[in-house]
Parts: sequence; C-alpha cells; structure tokens
Amino acid sequence: MNPGEPKRTVVLQGLGVSSGVAIGVAHLVRRIDAPISRYQIEDKSLVPEEIRRFRKAIKDSENQLLEIKRKFKDQEGLETLYILDVHIMILKDKMLIRQTIQNIEEKGVNAEWALRMTLDKYRDVFSKVDDEYLRERISDVEYAGQRILRNLAGVHHESISGIGDNAIIIASDLSPADTMQMKVEKIQGFATDMGGKTSHTTIVARAYEIPAVVGLEKITSEAKTGDIIIIDGTAGAVIVNPDPEIIRRYEEKKRHYESIEGSLLKYARKTATTVDKHRVLIGANIEFTEEIASAVHHGADGIGLYRTEFIYINRDRLPTEEEHFCTYKKVVESKGVRWSTIRTFDLGGDKFTSDPRLAAEMNPVMGLRAIRFCLREVGLFKVQLRAILRASAYGKTKVLFPMISGMEELLETKRIFNEVKKELKRDGIPYGKDVKIGIMMEVPSAALIAEDLAKEVDFFSIGTNDLIQYTLAIDRVNERVSYLYEPLHPAVLKLIRQMVEAGHKAGIEVAMCGEMAGEPVYTMVLLGLGLDELSMNALVIPRIKKIIRAVSVKECRKLVDQIMSFNTASEIEFYVRETMRRKFTDDFEVAD
Amino acid sequence: MIVKKTLTIKNELGLHARSAAMIVRALERYRSSVFLERDGNQVDARSLLDILTLACPKDSRVVVRADGDDAREAVDSIEKLVDDKFGEAA
Repeated sequence: MNPGEPKRTVVLQGLGVSSGVAIGVAHLVRRIDAPISRYQIEDKSLVPEEIRRFRKAIKDSENQLLEIKRKFKDQEGLETLYILDVHIMILKDKMLIRQTIQNIEEKGVNAEWALRMTLDKYRDVFSKVDDEYLRERISDVEYAGQRILRNLAGVHHESISGIGDNAIIIASDLSPADTMQMKVEKIQGFATDMGGKTSHTTIVARAYEIPAVVGLEKITSEAKTGDIIIIDGTAGAVIVNPDPEIIRRYEEKKRHYESIEGSLLKYARKTATTVDKHRVLIGANIEFTEEIASAVHHGADGIGLYRTEFIYINRDRLPTEEEHFCTYKKVVESKGVRWSTIRTFDLGGDKFTSDPRLAAEMNPVMGLRAIRFCLREVGLFKVQLRAILRASAYGKTKVLFPMISGMEELLETKRIFNEVKKELKRDGIPYGKDVKIGIMMEVPSAALIAEDLAKEVDFFSIGTNDLIQYTLAIDRVNERVSYLYEPLHPAVLKLIRQMVEAGHKAGIEVAMCGEMAGEPVYTMVLLGLGLDELSMNALVIPRIKKIIRAVSVKECRKLVDQIMSFNTASEIEFYVRETMRRKFTDDFEVAD
Repeated sequence: MIVKKTLTIKNELGLHARSAAMIVRALERYRSSVFLERDGNQVDARSLLDILTLACPKDSRVVVRADGDDAREAVDSIEKLVDDKFGEAA
C-alpha cells in the first residue's frame, strides 16, 4: 500500500463496557500466552538439542531486555532500569537454568514444559515466604519466565512501556501485569478481542473512566499500531482508520457526550427525592476500592454492592484475612459513603481463581457457587466473615449473602456468622455493634418464600440478572435464547412485587442491585414497585436521579398498575418506553 | 579451604532483590563455591532466586560458607556488602 493511499475503514461491534468517546492512535499490545504443550523427547539423542534451544531462548531474552534498557536509558527513572537488571539476572539464574536442564534430561520433556515445572516450583517456594514484598517477587520470576517461553515459541513481542499520549490500547486481552506497566491515566481508550463485563480491562477502564469496548473478536488483526481509532464505549463500536468526516462527527459526539455528562452531574449532589417527597436511597455497585471516588463524585449515598470476588481472582493463592480486612476497611471508612453493603464470596465459573481448590464446573451458574460453596468450605467463609466484621468497626457495614435459595441455607449462614461474632468477642477483637445482614433475592424459590425469609434478615437486595435468568430458564451465554432475557416479563415483575411486599410487611428495607436498577427506562417502574434503594454503576447515577426528581410515586404506581394488566413482556416494554419517552423527550429514543 | 562466617543483616530492606543481586554480582570474581544458610536452609549464593527464597529480613543471621582456594576473599566480599548495608541510605 502506498503511504499516500487512504487506509481501509473498518467498523467493529463489541461490548461497550465503559462509556464515552475516544479518538486516538492505536497501540497494539501483543501478549501471547499460548497454552504450553508438553511432549516427551522419545529419542534421547535429541536432548542436547533441546537444551541448546533453551539456552538460545535465554540468550535472546537477555538481548531483548538489554535492548529495552538501552532504549529507555535516557527517559525512564532509575527504578525501571533496575527492575530490568533483576529480570536479566533471573533469566540467567544458575538454579533456574540448572533445574530446567535437569528436568529436560531426567524427565525427557520439552524445554517449555521443563521451564514451566521450574517456575511452578519457585511459585510454590515463594508463596510460603512471610515477607509480602519478597513473596511478590514471584511476579518478576513469572515475567522473566514468560519471556523465555515466548522466545522458545519464536514469538516476537514488543514492549508495553513507551506508549505515547493519546494512545488507544489494542490487545487480545489485558492482564494486571500488562496494565501495571502502562501509565493508565494517559490512555484514551481500550479495545480488546476478548473480555466481558467482569474482565480486568473492563474494571480498569471503569475505574479510570476511560472508554472501552471489549469482545471485538478481531480488533488485533484489523488494527495496527499507528492507525487512527475511534472508540465509542457507549455504543460498543470501534472504527479503525475513519475518514476525516467520521472523525469530525465523532469529535462532535464526544463534545456532546461530555456536555451531557457535565449537565447531568449537577444532579449528582442532589438527593433522589420524588416530587411528592419520597426519598430513594442510591447506592453504587463497585468491584474494587479505586471506584469509590467515582461513586461519591457521581452522587452515590452509599456503596450498595461491593463485589468481593475480585479479591479472589487474578492471583495464585487464596487471600489472607489481613488482605480481606485491609480492603474492606478501605471501603467502609471511605469519606462520603453512608453505608457499605459487602457481598460475600459469589464466585461462579466465569470468574475463576487459579487456585486448584476451586475446580471448574460444567454449568457454573447453577453449580456449587456463592453461599453453597461457602457452606461447604466453612473455613474459607469464616476468613471472609471475620475480616468483614473486623472492618465493620470502622464504618457502617451491611453483609449480603448471595444465592440463598431456602430457609436452611439462611439459618446455617446466620449460625456461622454468629459463631464468628462470638469468636471475635472472645478474642477481644472489635467489630461494629450494628452490622445489618441481608440476602440476595435472586433465586425464584427465595422470592416465593420471601415472607418467611424476611423475618430472619435486616434487608433484601434483589439481584435481577440472576433472577431473570433463573425465572425464565435462560442460559445467558447461549445467544440462541438470549432474546428471551426480558426484565419486564410479567413473571419477573410479579416476583419483584411479591418480594417488596413481603419485605415491607416484615418492616425491612428492600434494595435492588441488578442491572435493571441502573437502567433509566425502568426507573419509574421500580419506584412504582416500591424499592427503597437502587444500587447501580456509578456513571448512571446522575441520570437516574434526574428521573426520580421529576416524577411522583403516585404516577409510578399508576404505571405499574397499568403494566400489570398486560400479559406479554413486549406490550409492557412498549408501554413503559412510550411513557418514558413522552415524559422525558430528550432522554429516550423512540420505542421500536 | 573452607571458610565459615555468621553475618547479621543490617540494612532496612533485608536481602531483597537489589541486595541479593549485589551478592551474585560480587561473587562473579571468585572461583569458590559459596553458600548461604539460614534456619537450616542452605542455598547457592550465586542464585538470585535461591537467595530470595531464604527471606532474610533486617537483623536476621546468615551463615556464609565458602569452599575453594579463594574462599576467604569470597566471604570477605559478602561481609563487606553486608557491613556497608548494600549501599542503602542509612
């Protein structure tokens, strides 16, 4: 292609996970962690050749690091260069080399597998070290090891550092080690082949409020470093090599988006009070502590859902009580946060730790997860409960138990919770005097016995994602049935109404923390159903507050009465959208 | 010749990546085999990784053992690094 010739424009659709528009220059990050194959070297005379191959990969790795060091000598701080030196020394480490060669010779395996065995051994040894700093040096060992593995595979790779301003990061997927090496605050956007709502890229992008689109499948093959790229994180679209006219349109869209953001932000500081003076509490759903500042900024009254799974994932071993405690303490004592609802371990098959004790399942959504897993592994559960209770001494804390399906589970959970409390009391360790306990209402069986469950807890929190999935029997990962995912299905609305009524009858608060709570088009319906608290992604809080402040509970109830008389989800959806569009002309598009 | 000496780690950070690297580098000049021992665990002092696995914090006691014709010099070089607190600011 001639340099003067215009490049081909490519538009890709993915999942927009962090909203906003970004226009910048693509920077392709290649990080190929191909699964390592193991094979036996049948012909012993080939062993010396395998060892030579290993030594050459080490030499190549060393040369690459020396090259990086030369390149960044003038720009980077001394600290970075020193880390490179450590990596070089690890590459050339006597024991690392000796053990790997020994593995090749004695076990007759290929160099990749032999090295993996050595790395795993060091991982094991380091994990037993008390000193946290030293323990974390295993990441340096892994980094050096990965480099040798890539050289063994003959993969060329470029360095992640040295990303210019205005960069849009293009990658297959990003790991914490990758983002750690970037100056994230200077990055304009992310676009990845893989990933979903809970992947690492998503979390980082949302924490820094950087537009991101994931699950694009082939962005790494369509975009090259240096290409102009547009990311529309709101629509989930990515445009590679846009022509000047498209760029102009998106610049306008970006300005428009930012001005809407700006004009909506004035609602952030106001309370979510209806025109007839009914106050709804607004919570923020967060995944990690870095998101708290954004939650407060966007107007959250409290943390309505703190998902603790992220303490468990992306690591090599289970977190200690101290690690749990430090994180929870940070959450509950945050300034501007009136309460923090901490949900206990809700691990499912899609968010897995590398810990072998938590093995994978075929149908994880309905498998041994969440409270079921905790009641099986009481030891693990107690570590988390102790940490939450200890943190509760520092700020108002609510504990939320996920996936409760019946009374026995709830009573057993409460028994363990009280046992942990007693242990703390016995040991003289302080904890909050008024820790509220609640359960996720997301299993239809729990919804049906809500009246009984309500007598045992201080609050309910309705998780709509799972509730809809379980009630309508849809596998959300299966695209062929995803059309059945209808939040306004009459059955779902009836269950929600039943749960709210049961809760109120028992005098407890009923919150909602599923995706539905953060969907502006449903806000009036949820007010009409009587929810006391709505918890959502922080960025949508200003929009939701704007709606709440413009409506009365009375008209919301009327809307609910009306839609409850329909018997199909599509009729309800159409009616609700039309109502919202008529009331908020600028904020909603015409219903399809 | 075998030379043995017990040293007390004095620098704040203990035997971390940087200090361990300095030991490995210092020993490049000698031929003797050199080992570090702490709490019954013995490692090769020429392996950065193995030194790290000893996890020696400040004030921990480490036995240096060298075997070879320049064993004395090798042990002295490590002792000097330890005494200088590996160049860490006081």
